[in-house]
Amino acid sequence: MIRIEPRSSVPPVLKYGVPVLSALIALALAAIPLLLAGADLVEAYGKMFTGVFGSMFSFTEMLTRATPLIFTGLAAALAFRAKLWNIGAEGQLYLGALAAAAIGTGLIDAPGFVLVPLILIAGAAAGAAGMAAPAYLKTRFGADEVVTTLLLNFIILIFLQMMLEGPLKDPMGMGWPQSAPILDQGMLPQLLPRMRVHWGLILALVAAVIAQIMLGRSVWGFRLRAVGENAAAALHAGIGVRRTIMSAAIVSGALAGLAGVSEVAGLKGYLTADLSPGFGYTGIVVAMLAGLSPLGVVAAALFIASVFVGADSMSRAIGVSSYLADLVVSMSLISVLIGGFIARYKIGFGTPAKGGA
Amino acid sequence: MANELVLSLRSLSKRFGDVVANDAVSIDLYRGEVLSLLGENGAGKTTLMNMLFGHYMPDSGSVEVADSDGTLRPLQLGHPQAALEAGIGMVHQHFTLAENLTAIDNILLGSESLWSLRRNRGAARRKVQGIIERSGLAAPLDELVGNLTVGERQRVEILKALYRDARILVLDEPTAVLTPQEADALFDNIGAMTRDGLSVIFISHKLREVLAFSDRIAVLRHGRKVGEIATAEADERIIARMMVGADTEATARAAMQAGDPVLELENIAVKGKSARDSLHRVSLTVRAHEIVGIAGVSGNGQTALARLVSGLTRPDGGEMRVDGRRVTKFDPQTLLKAGIGRIPEDRHHDGVVGAMSVAENMVIERLDADDVQKHGFLRKAAIRAHAQELAAAYDVRGPGVDAEARLLSGGNMQKLILARVFECAPRLILANQPTRGLDLGAANEVGRRLLEARARGAGVLLISEDLDEVLALADRIVVIHDGRLIAADTTDREAIGLMMAGEHA
Repeated sequence: MIRIEPRSSVPPVLKYGVPVLSALIALALAAIPLLLAGADLVEAYGKMFTGVFGSMFSFTEMLTRATPLIFTGLAAALAFRAKLWNIGAEGQLYLGALAAAAIGTGLIDAPGFVLVPLILIAGAAAGAAGMAAPAYLKTRFGADEVVTTLLLNFIILIFLQMMLEGPLKDPMGMGWPQSAPILDQGMLPQLLPRMRVHWGLILALVAAVIAQIMLGRSVWGFRLRAVGENAAAALHAGIGVRRTIMSAAIVSGALAGLAGVSEVAGLKGYLTADLSPGFGYTGIVVAMLAGLSPLGVVAAALFIASVFVGADSMSRAIGVSSYLADLVVSMSLISVLIGGFIARYKIGFGTPAKGGA
Repeated sequence: MANELVLSLRSLSKRFGDVVANDAVSIDLYRGEVLSLLGENGAGKTTLMNMLFGHYMPDSGSVEVADSDGTLRPLQLGHPQAALEAGIGMVHQHFTLAENLTAIDNILLGSESLWSLRRNRGAARRKVQGIIERSGLAAPLDELVGNLTVGERQRVEILKALYRDARILVLDEPTAVLTPQEADALFDNIGAMTRDGLSVIFISHKLREVLAFSDRIAVLRHGRKVGEIATAEADERIIARMMVGADTEATARAAMQAGDPVLELENIAVKGKSARDSLHRVSLTVRAHEIVGIAGVSGNGQTALARLVSGLTRPDGGEMRVDGRRVTKFDPQTLLKAGIGRIPEDRHHDGVVGAMSVAENMVIERLDADDVQKHGFLRKAAIRAHAQELAAAYDVRGPGVDAEARLLSGGNMQKLILARVFECAPRLILANQPTRGLDLGAANEVGRRLLEARARGAGVLLISEDLDEVLALADRIVVIHDGRLIAADTTDREAIGLMMAGEHA
């Protein structure tokens, strides 16, 4: 018989150890499909490792991949801290990307120091608007934001396709559904010569630091945490619960929007409907793995990006499907959820545990 | 019959982390007796009963229960079903009845096979009727439970236990929700049942009842059994000393001239979801230097009144004035700023954010204050230092001001809330069930603080279901019944009890 009892407090070893251990377990579990595919494990894990840390180029590729994940991870983490379940970062990412493409491809011809901030602000605003709407429906009418944000993703994606076939379509694009290129001066500069990693990474890291400070040290963060942990008590204590939820929604949406901006104006240079391989959804895994801590998001995003990039290069090298990366990411989410449970509860088997914890 | 042992808890111990909830507690129960289990909150009463019922597994110790022949047999621990089969029934403070079923269905629910095609209702009903005749627990069997009064629901709960052939009945604070008259009826019923051979463990805070209706009293303190005494040899002073480990001083109160009104309600109407959650054109004045006690059975509009004064509900009619100024905007922030301090009814749910620190909870109501924030950022060091001062001044004990507030015991959590409220020097204090679930020591502390606020010139609106508390603290008593307020011009328990039941004496 299994007995489950809540712990009075979570020891720090578990708090930080569980996510790390979960990630490692997920990585280790990847051995099963690898074996089934007949791969040599040493070679496979070796290729995965060198695929990330083997060269300057592969390492910067990992950082490039981590950039949107930091943004979407922060978007999820901040919203989740307020118990606002934003599942719509994917849609908000595309809204941000749309806004970036709309004003960055020639609508405004301004020098870079004007155009780049404009693109960033427009993208953040579009993402914010994309999350403000479901949050308003939640605070005003009690609409479940899980449903509304999730379904909005599909609406936004179809809207995007419509725009790419219509007003935003590149006249020089040989009929492909893609936008015209972002003006050169509107692009986020590259960080290193001949590498794809760009200033979006710096923005993402700055955003993470700011989020960490705001959440822990500002009155706004205090309100957000209070609302997330106990909305009834927060309301009783005179905290504007609806306003706090709205503000969390706006910040969350803006961060997701910036993920889109950074992909369009930092990496691709033009907008297509397959800009994001699910960065919005993966951001949820990143946030959970990070225990909803903004700085933890950076670490988790780096891990997940490493898995993606490493698995990609491994699959090319030894001919195993790169879906393996998705598998590891999914399993790390499951491991961290189970691990979080173990951290919060004491689990004993059979006869009761003697003595204290 | 008097010395026939029916239940024996032997040296039960239970720890939660570093907290010792029960430390080698042994209790014997004899056939046909009422044993009162007394103790401050957190003394370990609930944990002990949860172990008896198999909800918790003890770390050590054993339980023996007499079977129908009177032979003691060990009870398999950790299995609620085993406790039920051994003839132990429990009536929880919060009822576990299905409101959309009739009383008789609730009684039979779960005791029948899922697969029998035809229910043998005739025989079952006769058995229930028989129990009712012997015990006097009258309840309308064919009425939906949703339509029953609280007292009737409680009788249905007891019938449910007796129908399962309970020989031992545990009642967890059974009178908390009853009028004095209903409580007396309950004790009459218990008397009849014990003469029939039933043994009762009676958990209570109310010394008066314990002294009046039990045969023996066992007192728990800090998880240990600190005393056991035959009721005939006990008085309030002896038991109180056992419970808190020292003599408690009766709260001294000076006579005081009431001042200007600080809270005025005029013909206030609140339309709630149900009639019991509404107020019907009520008027009330609380003055400075005055404690007004609202006495009543729960569910008669106390919640609506508290929500109104907290700013969580806006009235559908009438006028509310604080310090002579009309309230036009009903939200918690506005009323806090207007000088209303609130001690909420459910401190876990509405009072503190359990996952945030003690220090953070101490400033949560005044995040705009200059000593709490500067340019929108928290002054963490100042908040922490201030919290330590407050914790010392209000004797908030626990793992420190940086620890999560949920780790505090009920009494310390309430002291945290008191500290938070009093520090703002409110004009009016809304104290809603301020001592519910508190031990005697903490409850006296709450009373002392409320009297202190009164002396300072605040008005206090005390809402309590504990009539003794209202009688002890209030300058003026107003009875709430069915959403209406009736001034009680008497301090006679009997008369007020009748008013609480809706009968105008």
